[in-house]
Formats: sequence, structure tokens, C-alpha cells
Amino acid sequence: MIKTEAAPSNSGLFKLWYHRMASPVWFYRISGKLLPWLWALFAVLLVTGLYGGLVTAPADYQQGDSFRIIYVHVPAAWLSMFVYMVMAVSGAIALIWRIKLAEMVLVSCAPIGASFTFIALVTGSLWGKPMWGTWWVWDARMTSELILLFLYLGVIGLYSAIEDKRMASRAVAILALVGIVNIPIIHYSVEWWNTLHQGATVTKFDKPSIHIDMLIPLLLMAGAFKVFFAISLLLRTRNELLERELPRKWVKQLVEENDG
Amino acid sequence: MAEFFHMGGYALYVWSSIGITAVVLLLNVLLPLQKHREMLRRAADFHELEGGNHDTR
Repeated sequence: MIKTEAAPSNSGLFKLWYHRMASPVWFYRISGKLLPWLWALFAVLLVTGLYGGLVTAPADYQQGDSFRIIYVHVPAAWLSMFVYMVMAVSGAIALIWRIKLAEMVLVSCAPIGASFTFIALVTGSLWGKPMWGTWWVWDARMTSELILLFLYLGVIGLYSAIEDKRMASRAVAILALVGIVNIPIIHYSVEWWNTLHQGATVTKFDKPSIHIDMLIPLLLMAGAFKVFFAISLLLRTRNELLERELPRKWVKQLVEENDG
Repeated sequence: MAEFFHMGGYALYVWSSIGITAVVLLLNVLLPLQKHREMLRRAADFHELEGGNHDTR
């Protein structure tokens, strides 16, 4: 009878990958290697997107050059929701599997998400003034986006208020998961309620109602913002990792390497 | 060039949108980078005290 060694099954490989992903040292090293590439990609997307959006794209036939605010407003608004989803999913992983790295990603998302939400609100206001004649209206889109900002600030505040960081992470994860109901409300608010805010021009099922020369820079800027999110998230998560694991041996080795 | 900066009369709105976005994004990398340096310094202090010769202090 021939005895064969069992080949690593798919689930075995998955477990291996999973544990490496969750390993702090591995994450710290790989993210350090990844960051320069992300910076380069960000620079390319940003320069081409800004040039396309501010220089080559034609002025809007109704809104003139004021429509160019779209190139920072819409990517920021998209990312404000995307970051929330990343935060909530990390929260779920942190709650279910108790993975420390997921906790760190969760808390690192909050200030970045708050920043994007702030940008979306402020640039929206700066766009609303010349187009609608008002800085702000309490309509569904803007109110739900403002609630998103408060959710992010709530996560930041709650996390810093609880001394034990593992307990704080769990509390924050629950808050993030509860707040997820706000995301579809933001997205569909312009369809569900009559509002000043214009409807979707890109993210709808039929053809986008935006000219291709305007659309391409918008997609480039959205890409730039997404890569920026990755950069800022990695930087913050690395800091969180260092802070929590300060006494560990791998941090000691890291410090010695830096000295040498 | 002047026309470009003029933005069809919407210069104030367009350029302040871009300016505010730039400042907020810049802070989102500068603050973490500053904290990273502080973390490495704190780690160095901690491990020096732990592993070093305590008699000399």
C-alpha cells in the first residue's frame, strides 16, 4: 500500500495566508515595501487627473467652470462611503475573529473617513453657493452625509475614551456596524427624496450622463483618492501596530536595524 | 493662463475647494509620518532601558 502525503488543501493554504496577513511583523514589512509604489501610483493618477479635470475637460454647458469642483467633491464623497465600508468590515472581522490587525485597521480608518467626509461637505457647500444660491440646505443627501461625519467622530471619540484598547476596539466595532445603515441612505437619498442635490451622473445602471472627456479625469481622480486612502491607512495602521506592540521583540529588532 | 486661474468667474469657489482638499489630504500623511518618528523614538528609548546596563544609570 502506498502512503501519500496529503497535499495542502485549499483551506490549508487559505489558513496560511490568513495567519500571515494577521501577523504584525509581516504586515509591517510588506506595507513598508508597498508604500513607495503606492506613492508613485498616486502621483501619476493625481497629475493626470488634475490636468484632465482642470485644463483639458470642457466647461459644463450649464454650470460653466464651477463644475470642476466635481473633481475633488465626488471622489471625496465616494471615498467617504467606501472608507466606512472598509471600517465596518474590519469591525466585523475584529468582533468575530478577534484579529488585532483588523482592530487597528478599524481605528485607522476613522480619521481618514472623517477627512473625506469633511472635504465632501465643504466642497459641496462651495459648489452649492454659486449654483443653488445657498451654502447649505437640510436635504436628505447633505444631512445623511453630515451624520456620516458624526459617526466617524463618534468612532474616534469612543476609541480614545476607553483606556483598554482591545475593549475600545470592540465598542467601536459595534458602533461602526450599527452606523452602516446610513450608507444606503446617503447613496439613494437623491432618488428617494426630492432634493436640490443633483442625481447620480456616473454610478447608475444605464449610461453615465457625463461626457467622456469629463468622465475620464473624474475616474483618474477617484483612483488617486483611493490610492491615497491606502497610503494613509497603511501609515496609520503601522503607527497603531508600533504603539500596541512597543515592548515586543520585533519592534526591538526594528529599532536596532534603524540604528545600524 | 490668467483665464485658467479665473475659472470663468468661479475662481473663488473652484480654487478654495482644491486648496481645502489639498490641506486636509496633506495633514492625513504629515501627521501619521510625524507620529511614526515619535513611535520609533519611544520604541528606541523603551528597549534601551530594558536591554541596557541598568547599573550605569
